[in-house]
Amino acid sequence: MPAHLPDQILVRSSEDLVRVRQAVRSRAVELGFSLVDQTKIVTAASELGRNMLDHGGGEGTVSLEMLTAAGRHGLRLTFEDKGPGIPDIDLAMREGYTTKGGLGLGLSGSRRLVNEFSLVSRVGEGTKVTIARWR
Amino acid sequence: MERIPILKMGDCLLVSIQVDMHDRLAITLQEELTDRIVAARARGVLIDISMLDVVDSFIGRMLGNIASMAKILDADTVVVGMRPSVAITLVELGLSLQGVRTALNVEKGMDLLRGSMEDVSEGQDAGTPA
Repeated sequence: MPAHLPDQILVRSSEDLVRVRQAVRSRAVELGFSLVDQTKIVTAASELGRNMLDHGGGEGTVSLEMLTAAGRHGLRLTFEDKGPGIPDIDLAMREGYTTKGGLGLGLSGSRRLVNEFSLVSRVGEGTKVTIARWR
Repeated sequence: MERIPILKMGDCLLVSIQVDMHDRLAITLQEELTDRIVAARARGVLIDISMLDVVDSFIGRMLGNIASMAKILDADTVVVGMRPSVAITLVELGLSLQGVRTALNVEKGMDLLRGSMEDVSEGQDAGTPA
């Protein structure tokens, strides 16, 4: 793996989100994603990365993983923070629900942009969101 | 410091966003643009996003904020040049860019701005006693 394409990116500022978008984009290109699919996974990554900054204690990591299964290629991204956690996941997933004056689209919107979405959160420990998009 | 140039064309301001935006850059743009609207007495703001390969809800919110701020300062905003892949993604994300006028390209955007300025000046003329 080339040095400029890390498997894991520490997100502590919106400048780091720029790096996340670039890394996700180049992986998606490498996997042969269509332009629309590239745009969807990069946008989802941007939303979930920002969630870590805004709600996940201001810091988290994004892990990038290329997948191959049954001849198909995909990209899996894991967003992990040690923030306050989400007390009510159903409420947090609801479109338009926001606690910090955002648009409330981060979780509900990014789920629509990917093929797989899972969210695990423990109050006081942190949140882990895993998404995957297949070619 | 990194910044986004704001060009003046007649009574319009033209902004072309060509870099991936982070928060500080977005806030700087909002501040500089509102200052320039007042200083240049601009009536229209054209924002070209044809170079942006991603528009997330943060950028969407920034575009909406700029349009609202410009409106209060009596200037219309048109966002032009959105890529088809970005439009598809925005709709699935659930972001409809309400309150933001769009046009396909810079030329059509300028037509739209000129049209709305003429409407306003005609309206004013009609209200002026002979």
